Amino acid sequence: MHDAAAHDDSKGQYFWVWGALLVLTAVEVWLGYRQIFAPVRMLEALMILSVIKSALIVGYFMHLKFEIALMRWMIVISVVGCFIIMYFFFFPDADRILHLGVK
Amino acid sequence: MADATLQHDAAVGHGLAGAYEAPLFGAYSKKVGMWLFLASDSLTFGALLFAFSYNRISNPAWPTPFAVESITNATIMTACLLSSSLTMVLGVLAARRGDRAWTRNWLLGTMAFGTAFIVLHGLEWTHLIDKGMTPFANPWAPSVPQFGGTFFTLTGMHMLHVTIGVIYLGVIAFRKWFLPVLAAIWIAGYFLIPADNVFHYGIHALGIGLIVSAIILFLKPKVYDAHDVEVSGLYWHFVDLVWMFIFPLVYLMSTKI
Repeated sequence: MHDAAAHDDSKGQYFWVWGALLVLTAVEVWLGYRQIFAPVRMLEALMILSVIKSALIVGYFMHLKFEIALMRWMIVISVVGCFIIMYFFFFPDADRILHLGVK
Repeated sequence: MADATLQHDAAVGHGLAGAYEAPLFGAYSKKVGMWLFLASDSLTFGALLFAFSYNRISNPAWPTPFAVESITNATIMTACLLSSSLTMVLGVLAARRGDRAWTRNWLLGTMAFGTAFIVLHGLEWTHLIDKGMTPFANPWAPSVPQFGGTFFTLTGMHMLHVTIGVIYLGVIAFRKWFLPVLAAIWIAGYFLIPADNVFHYGIHALGIGLIVSAIILFLKPKVYDAHDVEVSGLYWHFVDLVWMFIFPLVYLMSTKI
């Protein structure tokens, strides 16, 4: 294989990542049942855990961690940039609903 | 110049053109293409997830129908997808070693986990529909009719992606020998699933998958190599990744204590 990701072949790290993902899922379920946060705070907590889980999946399982820097930045910047643009389109209405209530 | 042209022609003749091209972003073009597709697909799911969370937060009367059995079911589904990602990555490693037998075994394991996910999700959908939930209404909060629409759109879109993923892996692992198996599952599913169940019609997605797979396999027959396994793995892990957002947002934000 002629690509940058070809060097990484150790199995152990994938089992660790799998275990970490299962543990994070258990924490999410626990948070869901304890309901210690209000809905907005709960959404934020669950989304932070989901972002950590997705970073593990993208970095290790999808091998982005082992790609060259140019590839990593191209993917991350383009996706995050699109989400920021999307957020600016949705934000005014979302903010109105959250702070002023449904009219 | 003449030498370079000669080299290029020889490389193309031997199917080695990629070896003489500067690799784009340090990766072969199929992989970059799949990453770009996944980036665009993430925006589709991003919009759906944003719409769901927007509705969830802005409606204090949002229904919370997911009791302990639903959450247990969804947690098992999550474990299935996470485990399928592990078997997928082990399949990619086996493909890199050139171990065809274990590549096929790991891909088969991944497909089994994916199929288990689809079946469990189908049972969950059937359970909710039996309780009276439709895309336009739900029995728990009549003032929030968008619950059904957003739930079925988001989870249905994801289920479709998982189904496509299982077919994709089947084609990579078994090539044209996968087609009769897919046809048998499609026909058996159509006759075994009761006519009043939504999946009696949903099973036709397998028929569409069969036709598309057959066209691809007969127009361009080839032995899929480690690159193809890795690219299919990217797609599969993406499906797993999306569920990491759907599970907490849809199920854990609507638990019935």
